[in-house]
Amino acid sequence: MKVFTSRHGRLLFGILILLVMLAIYFSVHPRGVSIRVVESLSNAGASLAFAAVAQTFPVLTGGLDLSIGGMIALTNSLASVVLTGSPLQIAFGFVLVIATGCLCGLVNGTLIVYGRLQPVIATLATGAIFSGLALIVRPRPGGDIPIELGDVFVTSAFDVLPMALVVLAVTCGAVWYPLTRSRLGRGIFAAGSAPEAGRMSGLNVDRSIIAAYVLSGLFASFAGLFLGFQTLAGDATIGVPYTINSIAAVVIGGVALRGGAGHILSAIVGAYTLRSINSILLFSGAPPLAQPFFEGVILVVAVVFASLGLMRQPNRLEALR
Amino acid sequence: MKDMAAVTADRLGLHGVGKSYGATVALTDIDLTLPSGTIHAILGENGAGKSTLVKILSGLVPPDQGEVAIDGVTVGIASAADALRLGVATVFQELSLIPDLSVAENIMMGAAPRNSFGLIDRRGEARQARAWLDRLGLRDIDPAERVLALSLAQRQLLEVAKALATRPKVLILDEATSALGSEQVATLFALLRELRAEGASILFISHRMHEIDQIADACTVLRDGRHVETFAAGSRSHHEICSLLAGRDLAQVFPPKRAGRTGEKVMSVRDLACAPRVRDVTFDLHRGEILGIGGLEGQGQHDLMLALYGVIRRAGGSIALGDGPARIQAPSDAVNAAHRVALLPEDRKVDGLLLSEPVSRNIVLSVMQKLTRFGIRQASVERDLSARMIERLRIKVVEGGEMLVGKLSGGNQQKVLLARLLALEPSILLLVDPTRGIDVGTKQEIYALIRELAEAGASIVFLSSDYEELVGLCDRVLVVYGGEVAAELEGEEITDQRIIQAAMNIGTEGARAS
Repeated sequence: MKVFTSRHGRLLFGILILLVMLAIYFSVHPRGVSIRVVESLSNAGASLAFAAVAQTFPVLTGGLDLSIGGMIALTNSLASVVLTGSPLQIAFGFVLVIATGCLCGLVNGTLIVYGRLQPVIATLATGAIFSGLALIVRPRPGGDIPIELGDVFVTSAFDVLPMALVVLAVTCGAVWYPLTRSRLGRGIFAAGSAPEAGRMSGLNVDRSIIAAYVLSGLFASFAGLFLGFQTLAGDATIGVPYTINSIAAVVIGGVALRGGAGHILSAIVGAYTLRSINSILLFSGAPPLAQPFFEGVILVVAVVFASLGLMRQPNRLEALR
Repeated sequence: MKDMAAVTADRLGLHGVGKSYGATVALTDIDLTLPSGTIHAILGENGAGKSTLVKILSGLVPPDQGEVAIDGVTVGIASAADALRLGVATVFQELSLIPDLSVAENIMMGAAPRNSFGLIDRRGEARQARAWLDRLGLRDIDPAERVLALSLAQRQLLEVAKALATRPKVLILDEATSALGSEQVATLFALLRELRAEGASILFISHRMHEIDQIADACTVLRDGRHVETFAAGSRSHHEICSLLAGRDLAQVFPPKRAGRTGEKVMSVRDLACAPRVRDVTFDLHRGEILGIGGLEGQGQHDLMLALYGVIRRAGGSIALGDGPARIQAPSDAVNAAHRVALLPEDRKVDGLLLSEPVSRNIVLSVMQKLTRFGIRQASVERDLSARMIERLRIKVVEGGEMLVGKLSGGNQQKVLLARLLALEPSILLLVDPTRGIDVGTKQEIYALIRELAEAGASIVFLSSDYEELVGLCDRVLVVYGGEVAAELEGEEITDQRIIQAAMNIGTEGARAS
């Protein structure tokens, strides 16, 4: 038990904060607790949760993905174009959108590993390219994703279980379970923790880093798709806030920004914490334009809190590295 | 067991293996064969080529020449993964554990049990890891614990477990016992004997003579990258081995040592301790003295130097300057004290120089603040200072003071860094391996400069991994072993033999443990 709490301490702390925020959220919500309120919060936070999960993999490798906003914009725009017509066409559309997300991630990973670019620089550049492509696909907001299709994902199963949470759980579980039980996944952790040691242990660290960025693209495409189901349309500028918020979410949830340590649940927990804070501020009458101010403050507090551990490092030079 | 093993072919064979890094020859023409079921010790001083040998066998660097054979078949080991596939497992000196992964995940890294979907069976992984932990006497470690929570000794044993879990044909142990206590060493040796009985070959690299006496069947001495001699364990006395290790003449010219007595005390270090490597160090430094710090790699001497400069926080003890109460808590204390302290860092490219800036800028960097008038830099004063330093240290700048440091040779880069320290006019200089990777000519100039500074009244702490320098240059030498001062040598006592003996702790600990 002691080992469990020390290993997952940051995640447990994140969950505690989320529970506190949810309690406040439901107590200040004008309509109180009901399945509709739960459903609307689930939907409001789902796209950020996907974005935060996407951010988790690069952060675990000790990198950062600043192209998440761009990938969301591109996949959302693409979804609004291809998710229409016969069921077969829609199925093909799904494959196309998801493949696009993965391809974007593959470009990032390849640039970082073989191009030897800093992750921040590489993804900053590709993010701009992806946003540009999104504008070509969808110059003006619009599109007609069938409402029947959208409703499948934004309502609740049997009127008790929000589909957004079901889809999140299924996709995250299907990726996290095998990842933590394979050398590919261990290599992702090694890349952020001690890449040289990983290589000495015979892990293919480079392949793992590329995989992390591909997974980032995959989950960014899920976020893009989900935004499409919510709005039934595409918008090439929709991705902008997701890059910074996905970073804030993983830090709040307890993924170490230095890399090597973290859990996929942290990303989801962090995303919903951030969303409920936003809503609480809104309900309590804070001006909407002040939102970025509070988001910034929250990010700074979270990062400072997360780096308190470095103070214990006795070698000053090491602590700065 | 050994008789049975002798019938089978050689497990590991090296034929004419060589490796150079640029102009530096690390290993030349090494021939070595290990029959199945033997433990073979490799001995050598710092820089004798042991770690290069380990790196070649574990796939971290490719050899330039020669070939490696396993069970009589020539193999190419291009990566660590290749080595493991071929059955060569290495217990590394600098550990190869992933701190953020669990104990079980680390131990079973190369040999995790899989389920029918090809995924790692985490329960089986934890169970097998538990079994390895028990065999190594680590009963109170939870396999789910993260490695970063463990002590250095525990990590070292995990490293062994990780290698053993792959069931290797060839096991290499590179200083695998340096952090272990004698009880843990005994447990480890029992496991090694078991592995030997199963027919594996073990390459055992250690600085501890008494351990080699206990476990090795044969020994090979390397010196300056060459194979010196291979002999059956126990057929040579420790003194004979020491002269095989040292066996060379002082080819370099050192300036004459100090004639008179040393001056007053300028620094006193009492019971200094810094986790994890410096345990208990006490010494005094006098005016005009060159105090050498020697010892084998990783005995805490590097951390000691950083602690003297205030970079590493002290866990205990005190550092006082002069007779006054001045105490060093941070580098700013060291630089601003009445007895100004300056440190020449180990890696000049990482911790010291701005490679893409001109020589003159690098020289004045530390004193820039003082050379300003009303907070504005004075180009002419800076130019004068750097010109004086370039002349004094004979820095070869073909393009003048505006030449970029990155374009200079290693020796001249080191001189630039020294010039920066001297611009501070320090009274105590901490030099960490100042001649590393520098050509012989420049080395001599640096020796002469250090002696000149000492004669002008500075006190110098001179850490070197090259014993020849300690013998040739220093007035007094402290040999560090296991984070403590194992020997203090002065005057005639400073010899290669005495330093090696103290560094390997032959005589004191050797007698106790065996």
